[in-house]
Amino acid sequence: MNDKLERGMGAIFFLSAAASILAVALICFFLLVNGLPMIFRSGPLTFLLGKEWSPADIPPVFGILPMIAGSIYITFGAIIIGLPVGVLTAVYLAHVCPKRIYGMVKPGVDLLAGIPSVVYGFFGMAAIVPYTGNSILSACILLGIMILPTVVAIAESALRAVPEQYYRGALALGAGHYRAVFGVVLPAARSGVLAAAVLGIGRAIGETMAVIMVAGNQARMPVSWLKGARTLTANIVIEMGYAAEQHREALIATGAVLLVFILIINLTFSALTRRKA
Amino acid sequence: MNCFAINDLNNLRYGASPALMRHTAGDAGSGCAAQRRLGLDCPALRSKKMNCFEISDLNLYYGDFHALKDINLNIAAKNVTAFIGPSGCGKSTLLRTLNRMNDLVEGCVIQGCVRLDGEDIYGPGWRGDISHLRRRVGMVFQKPNPFPMTVYDNIAFGPRTHGVRRRYDIDIIVENSLKDAAIWGEVKDRLRQSALGLSGGQQQRLCIARALAVAPEVLLLDEPTSALDPISTGKIEELLLTLREKYSVIIVTHNMQQAARISDKTVFFLLGEVIEHGDTESLFTRPSHKRTEDYITGRFG
Repeated sequence: MNDKLERGMGAIFFLSAAASILAVALICFFLLVNGLPMIFRSGPLTFLLGKEWSPADIPPVFGILPMIAGSIYITFGAIIIGLPVGVLTAVYLAHVCPKRIYGMVKPGVDLLAGIPSVVYGFFGMAAIVPYTGNSILSACILLGIMILPTVVAIAESALRAVPEQYYRGALALGAGHYRAVFGVVLPAARSGVLAAAVLGIGRAIGETMAVIMVAGNQARMPVSWLKGARTLTANIVIEMGYAAEQHREALIATGAVLLVFILIINLTFSALTRRKA
Repeated sequence: MNCFAINDLNNLRYGASPALMRHTAGDAGSGCAAQRRLGLDCPALRSKKMNCFEISDLNLYYGDFHALKDINLNIAAKNVTAFIGPSGCGKSTLLRTLNRMNDLVEGCVIQGCVRLDGEDIYGPGWRGDISHLRRRVGMVFQKPNPFPMTVYDNIAFGPRTHGVRRRYDIDIIVENSLKDAAIWGEVKDRLRQSALGLSGGQQQRLCIARALAVAPEVLLLDEPTSALDPISTGKIEELLLTLREKYSVIIVTHNMQQAARISDKTVFFLLGEVIEHGDTESLFTRPSHKRTEDYITGRFG
C-alpha cells in the first residue's frame, strides 16, 4: 500500500516537472513550424539582414534587421546603465549597509521586480520621455531600471558566496574595507557578476510593453540614440492585431528569431554558472 | 656614497610608502642614513631593539567570555616565538590581537596595553592607523587563502594597496618576496597563471610571500601548516628559520614538535592565561611549571 503511494507520488512529481518541459517544447515547436517556412521562402539572409520592413507594399517586403538592431541597441544601453548601478547596489547591500537599512533597501529593490511593465511604461512616458523624447535612450534608461532587481539579486548572492577568508586576507595586508571589497571580493565574484549581466540582457531583450511606450517604434534602422527604434518584441505586438497570411508568418518568424536570442543568452548563463560550481 | 644616492631616489619613487623601499634597497642596512634624515623607521636600527611587542595587563572578552586573562608578555624581536597550548586556550586570540584582526569580531572588548615599538596600539592616544599597523604586522592564516587571481597580482595586491604604482617597482617587489618565501623557482614561469592552481603547500608559501611584499616587521602565523602534508610542512618550517633573520616571527601551533624544531622562544597558554614563557629549549627540557610539563609530555591537551 505504502509502496503504491510512494510510486504514485513519484508520478505526480514527474508530471508536474514534465509540464514545464512540455510547455517549452510546444512553444519552440509552434514558433519553428509557423515561422521557419516563411524564413526559408524569402531566404534567411533576405529576412534576417533585410533593412526594409514594408508589409503593406505590393509585393510586401519583410526584412527584420532594423528590429534586430533596435533590440541590440536598446539592450546594450540598458546594460550600460543598469549593470554598474545594480552591481554597486549589490556591493552596498552585501558589504556596506547596516542591517536596519538593509531591511528597507532590499524589499524596495525586490518590489521593483513586481511592478507591472505597463506601469513602468507610464512612468517612462511621464518622467523620461519629456527629457529624451520617444527614443532609444529613453528605452535604455527605463530598461536599465527594470533590470535592476535581477542584476542586484544575482550579483548580491555572488558576492555573499565569496569566502570570508579572501576579505580577511586583504585586511591583514593593510587594505581598508573598500580596497578589500573592490580589490579582492568583487573580482572573486566576477563570474557571478557576468551571470547577472547575462540575465539582465535576457530580461531587457524580452521586455515589450514598457519599451513600446517610450521607444518610438519606427521600423527603420536606428539612426541616433535620441531617435526612435523598434525592437523585435514591439514589432510583433504592434502588428499582430491586423496581420494576416504572409505578414502574420513574418511576425511569428520574428518571434522565432527572438527565441533563438533568448536560448543563446540562457545557454551562456548556464555555462557561466556551471563553471563557477 | 653612491648607495645613499640610490636610496634617496627610491624614497622619492615610493612617495607615500617609504618603508617599502627595503625591497629595492637590497641590503637592509645600507639606506639608513637617508632614512634617518627623513625621519623614517630604519630596519637596521630596528634590529637593535630587544622586543617587538610588549604586552601588559591585557584582558580580552568575547561578550561574557573572558578569553585572555591578565597577559603580560614581551615578545623578542628577530626571533621565532611559538604559542602553544590546547584548543581554546587563547593563543590564536592573542595572535589576532597583535594586528587588531579582533576588531572584526563583534562583542570583542580589549583592555590593557599592547605596545609595538613602544606605541600602545590600543591606547586612546594611538595615532597610527589600522592599515599601517597591519602593514607592519603581517598575518598568514591557517587555511591558505591566495586570492583568486594570478600569482603576480596576489603579491602585488599589498604594495598596490600602499601606494606603489610603478610597474618596475612592483616587478622587483614580486620577485624579491617570492624569493624570500622560497617559492620563486616553482612559480617564476607561471606568474600570470591563477594562484588557485598551485598545491596547498605552494599556496601557503605564496601567502607568506604576499605578507612579505609589504615589508612587515613582524609576521604572525596562525597554525600555518595544520592543513598541509608533512613535506610542505617541512618546507615552511625551513622557510621560517630563514625569515627570523629579517623579521620577528610569531607562530601559533598545535604541534609541539614543530614548536621545538623551529622556535627560539615558546609561550605556553592554558585557559586564557600565560603559564610559562621562556627559551624553547629550557621550556621543553626543564619546564618550571607542573602544568607545562603535563602538557608537553602529553598528559592532556
